[in-house]
Amino acid sequence: MTRLGKDFAPSTSDRPMVRAEGVHKSFGLAHVLKGIDLEVNPREVFCLIGPSGSGKSTFLRCINHLEKISAGRLSVDGSLVGYRQSGDKLYELKEKEVAAQRRDIGMVFQRFNLFPHMTALENIMEAPIQVKRESKAASRERAQRLMDRVGLGDKTSHYPAQLSGGQQQRVAIARALAMEPKLMLFDEPTSALDPELVGEVLDVMRDLAEDGMTMIVVTHEMGFAREVGDSLVFMDDGVVVESGHPREVLTNPQHERTQSFLSKVL
Amino acid sequence: MTDIVDKAPTPSVPPEQIKAIPVRHYGRWVAGAAVIAILVLIGVAFSNAKINYNIIPDYLTDDLILSGVWHTLYISVLAMLLGLVLGVILAVMRMSSNPVTSTVSWVYIWFFRGTPVLVQLLLWYNIALVFPVLNLGFYKDEMNQVMTPFLAALLGLGLNEAAYMSEIVRAGIQSVDEGQTEASHALGMTQSKTLRRVILPQAMRVIVPPTGNEYINMLKTSSLAYVVQFNELIKRATDVSSTSLAVVEMYFVASIWYLILTSVFSVGQYYLERRYARGSSHSLPPTPLQRLRKNVRLFASFRRPEVAR
Repeated sequence: MTRLGKDFAPSTSDRPMVRAEGVHKSFGLAHVLKGIDLEVNPREVFCLIGPSGSGKSTFLRCINHLEKISAGRLSVDGSLVGYRQSGDKLYELKEKEVAAQRRDIGMVFQRFNLFPHMTALENIMEAPIQVKRESKAASRERAQRLMDRVGLGDKTSHYPAQLSGGQQQRVAIARALAMEPKLMLFDEPTSALDPELVGEVLDVMRDLAEDGMTMIVVTHEMGFAREVGDSLVFMDDGVVVESGHPREVLTNPQHERTQSFLSKVL
Repeated sequence: MTDIVDKAPTPSVPPEQIKAIPVRHYGRWVAGAAVIAILVLIGVAFSNAKINYNIIPDYLTDDLILSGVWHTLYISVLAMLLGLVLGVILAVMRMSSNPVTSTVSWVYIWFFRGTPVLVQLLLWYNIALVFPVLNLGFYKDEMNQVMTPFLAALLGLGLNEAAYMSEIVRAGIQSVDEGQTEASHALGMTQSKTLRRVILPQAMRVIVPPTGNEYINMLKTSSLAYVVQFNELIKRATDVSSTSLAVVEMYFVASIWYLILTSVFSVGQYYLERRYARGSSHSLPPTPLQRLRKNVRLFASFRRPEVAR
């Protein structure tokens, strides 16, 4: 993997990158998040683990407003997600304002979600050109650099269907990085991959963490959480059951529910 | 390296080309013969009919007929474009969360799909009964002056087509994975940009084949515009037959032209489908043109030694 310097400026502020206070989320009658309180600091790798249906992916999707929260407060880098507060009243943000908030938050999906009708390079160039009105030449240059960074410099003109799952996910990471985000969200980025392809994606993520990117990672890769994570949260049934340093939580879980979950996955 | 545990067993029978007697399919021969016999009978019946086939080639390039072909071609292209643009708008309206726009779209589709095109054409042609005067503020005229055969044909065919196109477009948009919308939203793209840059290009793969079908349908349905005095192919063919008295022959002439037009557009559709199949499969089969070029090259390489001699 070629290291070509940083493609983003790590946050230097000390205020929390993400702050959640009593976040609730319901889909109709299903109460998925039941009061989440947590803080993610800048330059931190924050891992979310838990059984499926525990709400960890939903919480992640609330952070960039793909889902609307039902109650509580959720802010990224000091500003509320999806709302504007004036006095004690909340105003919903317009579509354009929500889009502007999302620019600074990169997201990587379990199923990659690359644009299948565009080549790898075009996938990466799309958002900078369309959203940031960047010139084609500049965005092409950055896209090429990012492709080199994720180790796919020779695959720029391939369509997603011509790439392996691991390669697609690395392109998806490069695509998110092209917007120069201050925060990266990873929604089970390796869960749809063949076991032998997991490593190449985790390597790219590890590399990103070393460069000081603030990352929230929903994952089942306990090894990655232990090695790279700065803090870890175990969620179950819509609440945070246990949190702490990954090595602490993974080797010495305090809560009974955490113990039984870890005994099954480790 | 691991040790080779055991060698592949040596085959007891030497490999050689199998020469077996193939299974005979007698049924296929019988069915083939029956079909050919029926075709011959039909052919004989047509050739014995009281139809003057000799005059058909002459009338194929008759000035009136050619002008009819041209009218048919441009009214069907314009009506299709109107249908396409309006169809996309109706599809987006139908899927919007605004109950007013989605209901309006639903009612539009209900009405225009539920009534015959012939009636719609006649309604537009006689719209002066409802609105005697067209007043757009900046433009005012008698409706009878405005509603020419061309405009009636365009509106009748185009607005009807829009109802069908909107369902095709909606199916196409809904065929695109939801993850695509999420991914582009997560990148900071707005809904309209997502639709234009990400969803519609992918929906096109689903939209193009039935749209080609619709267009070929439109080429033929445009013949109904003769009821509003639009000078398309069937109207022209009827005009010619009223002087030449060769009625059925003129319908043959018109049919040959319809066949030519639909054949040409089928080829165009083939290439359009390939364009929107980008990135969907690992490699696309060669186009007829590419195949032809390859065969010519192959042929040329076979010929070369003879040329040298």
